[in-house]
Amino acid sequence: MSEPVTMLETPIRIDYEFTAGLAQSRYLKGIAEGRFLGQRCPKCGKVYVPPRGSCPTDGVPTTDEVVLGNTGIVTTYCVVNVPFQGQSIELPYICAQILLDGANIAFMGLIQEVPTDEIRMGMRVEAVWVDKKELGPTMASVKYFRPSGESDAAYETYSEYL
Amino acid sequence: MAPGTRRRGPARPVAVVSFAQSDSLRREEHRNDVEMLQPVIEDVFARVGLTKDDMDFVCSGSCDYLVGAPFSFVGALDAVGAWPPMRESHVEMDGAFALYEAWTQLQEDDIDTALVYSFGRSSMSEIGRVLTLQLDPYYMAPLWPDPVALAALQAQALIDTGRYGEGDFAAVAARSRRDAKDNPHAQVKGDHTPEELLGDDYVVTPLRRHALPPITDGATAVILAAGDRANALCERPAWITGMDHRIETHALGARDLTTSPTTRRAAGGAGLLDDDGEGSGASVTVDVAELHAPFAHQELILRDALGLGEGVTINPSGGALAANGIMVAGLVRIGEAASRIMDGTAATALAHATSGPCLQQNLVCALAAEPAGDGGR
Amino acid sequence: MAESEVLRAPHRIEYTYTRSVGPIIGAFLTGLRDGKILGATTPGGRVVVPPTEYDPITSEDIGELVEVGPSGVVTTWAWTDTPLPDQPLDRPFAWALVQLDGADTGMLHAVDAAGPRAMASGMRVTARWRPAGERIGHLRDIECFEAEGAG
Repeated sequence: MSEPVTMLETPIRIDYEFTAGLAQSRYLKGIAEGRFLGQRCPKCGKVYVPPRGSCPTDGVPTTDEVVLGNTGIVTTYCVVNVPFQGQSIELPYICAQILLDGANIAFMGLIQEVPTDEIRMGMRVEAVWVDKKELGPTMASVKYFRPSGESDAAYETYSEYL
Repeated sequence: MAPGTRRRGPARPVAVVSFAQSDSLRREEHRNDVEMLQPVIEDVFARVGLTKDDMDFVCSGSCDYLVGAPFSFVGALDAVGAWPPMRESHVEMDGAFALYEAWTQLQEDDIDTALVYSFGRSSMSEIGRVLTLQLDPYYMAPLWPDPVALAALQAQALIDTGRYGEGDFAAVAARSRRDAKDNPHAQVKGDHTPEELLGDDYVVTPLRRHALPPITDGATAVILAAGDRANALCERPAWITGMDHRIETHALGARDLTTSPTTRRAAGGAGLLDDDGEGSGASVTVDVAELHAPFAHQELILRDALGLGEGVTINPSGGALAANGIMVAGLVRIGEAASRIMDGTAATALAHATSGPCLQQNLVCALAAEPAGDGGR
Repeated sequence: MAESEVLRAPHRIEYTYTRSVGPIIGAFLTGLRDGKILGATTPGGRVVVPPTEYDPITSEDIGELVEVGPSGVVTTWAWTDTPLPDQPLDRPFAWALVQLDGADTGMLHAVDAAGPRAMASGMRVTARWRPAGERIGHLRDIECFEAEGAG
């Protein structure tokens, strides 16, 4: 008991009620229906998925809704070998940037059903959804992406998204 | 001259040329930060016929803890459109301090315009707990004192000096609510007598509900322009003739909570006091003063610190008692004060912004219809 | 979309910060664990409690730490009937700045009293300590203050 005090623990806890906002709510409702919804900027014509409500390039509302398909391109990827607190995915796993057909921005997704030494840039992939009755307004509705079997996309078709 | 005060060379004339704000709401029910901010940005540009491409610098103020998301301020840039790559900065503070940074940048002379904005949705969290996180983590935060409790300690200390009582707090609140009726963006407005307000229950003694600010969601934006650019954009620019901010120790018990020496010193640094804010004799003379006093008793402390006389119109907007967006209300004070210059109702104005518990940090912005004759002090 | 369709979800941020305290704050917290309250002497002769690493006004280095209290004077107070989570007491209490005997600044803490009528600026209070075995080197090793002579 004669050791001087050298550390202080201060537990912090704050509770929020998070509002998804109009654009993200729209997107998550689309997910609950088993589809990817993007929004197009009326000025530059780019399609953003997930939509953000405002075009990050032009600062105008992205009012046009666009239904995107289930397939896309792996623009880049990495193979993760390091566990993190709370992870549930088995190591090693592939994390990739996926450019859905029709979108102008890639988003991050999990890739499965392909060995880690066969993943490559340009691989065409398709979304694997949970069973219809399990769909909800949550990204857990999309289990992962897997190779679609189509030929790889040419580098020029996705190079500007790298 | 006070240590740390440096008499600057002539300040480059910079003016507020546009100001926009959202309605202040108890709760923004539907839109997220970007969607709430975007129309305000659109509005502030439309008023002067400019776009983001005309801005040489963009600076914003917000606090990620309000929504509990890291880098939320970066996401808010979507409301502006950050392409081509822009010169941009951000402060985790009220937008008034972002404006100070933009004004400082404009002094450097290689830019002519700046967009300043701030936003925040206090309704999303337990705002009292969020603000407690800014306190000393060793000696204060472990007790989780909320902002009302700390303000109440200050209010009691003020009552103990004999200078003011609860009736004075109620009078400030009644006047603020009445004046807010003329402000379409304000949240708390109406006709009440001080006697009616004194019927409110105490929230934390000696502060009753009317002496507290509302919880507010909102966003605001200001455009600054320098020299001839300001004249080209606006018929009556609100020239910033000086601006300064000062902070007191964070050790609450080592401060005199009943005075605001840093507000006085900031006013001196902004060129509003002959004695640079060092003495107690000089007083500020302006037509309008927008004081960021979230608690009613704080307006009295600020008024005394600045020596504001009867001829000064205080908080014609209703002030922070009528709408208190965290991270927003200080920048709104600058915008409201500037508006009085721009609409011709005032020739001189002062805007004050505060940060930290019990008026710990204070900014004073001096505004006028004419740029300072010698370029400012 | 209809605004009523906006989605909401509860979201909690939770983290335990572990901070090193350094020699001054560390000495203060060690003192609390040992049942005493320390303050810092400034070159100007003031005693700052709780001790800051530097003079809070002039920024000069502080001198030695001295014991203060355990009693002192309430310099200002504020009564709350509805304590919020994690605050010092879970029943109505007074916040106060307490200037301990020997100190020149006030320390923030809680006062356990019967009601606001039992509180007054200038009243004397004494620290109520947690039992020695429960003290860990934390501001809450002092459970609260109480009117002198009340314990």
